[in-house]
Amino acid sequence: MKQDDQQQVPTSVIIGATSALGQAVARQLVGAGHRLVLCARDESKLKVVVDDITIRSGQATVDKGSDASGVAIQSHVSDFDAIEDHDALVDLIAGADNFWFFYGTLPDQPECEANWEASAAAFHTNFTSAASLLTRLANRLEERGHGSLVVVTSVAGDRGRKSNYVYGTAKGALSLFCQGLRNRLASAGVQVLTVKPGFIDTPMTKAIEKTPSVLWASADQVAADIIHAHERGKDIVYSRWFWRYILFIIQHIPERIFKKTSL
Amino acid sequence: MGGRYASWGIVNPPKQRAEKLAWSPAELDFDRRQSILPFGNGRSYGDSCLNSNGTLLDTQSLNRFISFDLKTGVLEAEPGVLLNDILQHVVPQGWFLPVTSGTSYVTLGGAIANDIHGKNHHCDGTIGRFVNTLHVLRSNGELLRCSADENQDIFCATIGGLGLTGLITRIAIRLMPLRSTNVDVQLKVFTGLEEFQALSTHYKSEYQYIVAWLDCASGGKNFGRGIFMAANHAKQGELKPGPVTTKLSIPINFPRWVLNQYSIRAFNSLYFHKQKSMVGEQITQHYQGFFYPLDAVGQWNRIYGAQGFYQYQFVVPIQHSKVLENMLRDIVSSGTGSFLAVLKEFGDVPSPGLLSFPRPGLCLGLDFANRGVQTEQLIQRLDRQVQEAGGAAYPAKDRLMSAEAFERYFEQADKFAESIDPAFSSDFWRRVSRQ
Repeated sequence: MKQDDQQQVPTSVIIGATSALGQAVARQLVGAGHRLVLCARDESKLKVVVDDITIRSGQATVDKGSDASGVAIQSHVSDFDAIEDHDALVDLIAGADNFWFFYGTLPDQPECEANWEASAAAFHTNFTSAASLLTRLANRLEERGHGSLVVVTSVAGDRGRKSNYVYGTAKGALSLFCQGLRNRLASAGVQVLTVKPGFIDTPMTKAIEKTPSVLWASADQVAADIIHAHERGKDIVYSRWFWRYILFIIQHIPERIFKKTSL
Repeated sequence: MGGRYASWGIVNPPKQRAEKLAWSPAELDFDRRQSILPFGNGRSYGDSCLNSNGTLLDTQSLNRFISFDLKTGVLEAEPGVLLNDILQHVVPQGWFLPVTSGTSYVTLGGAIANDIHGKNHHCDGTIGRFVNTLHVLRSNGELLRCSADENQDIFCATIGGLGLTGLITRIAIRLMPLRSTNVDVQLKVFTGLEEFQALSTHYKSEYQYIVAWLDCASGGKNFGRGIFMAANHAKQGELKPGPVTTKLSIPINFPRWVLNQYSIRAFNSLYFHKQKSMVGEQITQHYQGFFYPLDAVGQWNRIYGAQGFYQYQFVVPIQHSKVLENMLRDIVSSGTGSFLAVLKEFGDVPSPGLLSFPRPGLCLGLDFANRGVQTEQLIQRLDRQVQEAGGAAYPAKDRLMSAEAFERYFEQADKFAESIDPAFSSDFWRRVSRQ
């Protein structure tokens, strides 16, 4: 992490702060003394998270409802799907050091197969809107010459599988986009970290049976992995670590065999 | 593999569905053919947190702080927040839990639903006494704000109500001011319950925390020996919370042969002599080691193997301490006695909770490796003696209590039953309510 002034407290923007991972990362960052800007689309949920993080920051709300509590924790309600609003959002947040992308949807695969609109919506939220925000932020960071972009994609993006390929396509595209961005921004000293989580036990995955349980990680564990990789200046991190090896095997199964599997 | 939805003593849980709640729900959306039960962190020992063929409302992600008033120490939070998490944030600000269980890995909601007590019961009572307000969501869609003056019947039924009165969505409690994270501890050796009682009587007016460890494996001249501990928070010092997570964890269920009467006796002797070496002088230690010694070992329930174990905790009135002695003889001669038996004298501070377990008397908590019928018979023998002595057993640790025993232990059971939510149930409740 590059900082103009090492003494300065870094500011992190959490985009998708009401997601399970976004909350877990926000808690750990605020514990480490970061200044936070929390962004989410749902105003009432965001308020719940802002109150929680504010208390965790040590700035307890003595007088609830007063603006005095919002000094360390800023928040913005924004619908990330609305690309026309992205310039305005970026103007609000671009002064920060680190940008953490956690928002996304897990579409229903059979629904996506039956209905193109569902696939298109999943692509828009999980890839197009994120790429739009990343483009705008990347330009600012490149000009400034420091900062970082941390983007959560998924192991699902490493190979197309019939059970989940619409989500996988969007996340795979986002991984590829980040790879290019990393290559472009490397000379400017901007870190682009691609995070590929496997199974995380969160409300987003509540419909999936949690077996075998060793493959399932908690949001707190994955958050710690992400923050650790960010601090170490990594480019790509799988979380938990063993997914790197699982995906290595999955990616190397010959297609004529793979196409007959039902992973 | 038990998975997440087990209890601490029952590592192979029954078949049940789980619904992970991400946000406090506006209504309870569930299959009305199945009963529902809130689930915290699965640290109840028996079957009060299990719901065979029903649905568990997993509150783990409802773990946000809502407000914290630094001046008054009133904290409002969602039910899934862990006591450990609360301590991490309030200790540096000079506040502490007014009552805490022997593990910090319980949820606040679970603490209220079991009306937990701690080593300070003789002066402070249960956690239910420190609850300002509870919000309870009922299956008919009502969200009730409950306190001592508002929806008082649901308030009193929910404290110690084993999750049966609805889903608690928020809790406001009064914390206790703290000036140091250290505690000053006095250790004394005793032999026999009479000596314990004499120590307890002598120390209870000047020490906020009193507890004793009792050797449940030794007979003969060592029968009834133990270590008495009395402690107070230090008056000044650092405000540094304990560790967030455990470093050491038991990775697998131990094989059955590891635990036998010889290894348990050896452990008890070792523990006794280790503690005894510190007797006499006042020791100062961090609250973590004093309140939560077992939190240092993750998944310690696995030492009891895949069969799990029984925990049994009961209280008998002081005048029946002879009954306690007879029970102890039975336990020692059974050879299944536990690692850490905990003895404590409860005080007479009343709780608002209708099903609250603590009441004046001597309280003993022990665990027994699950040896099937043999263990069940021992616990049932103990249970009969507790009933005859006019005592009570603790639902949070129980999986054998009969309906008759439940009615004898909890005089206000009928009144409690009027306040339960008809959609809510548990394995424990079906047994003691004869359903």
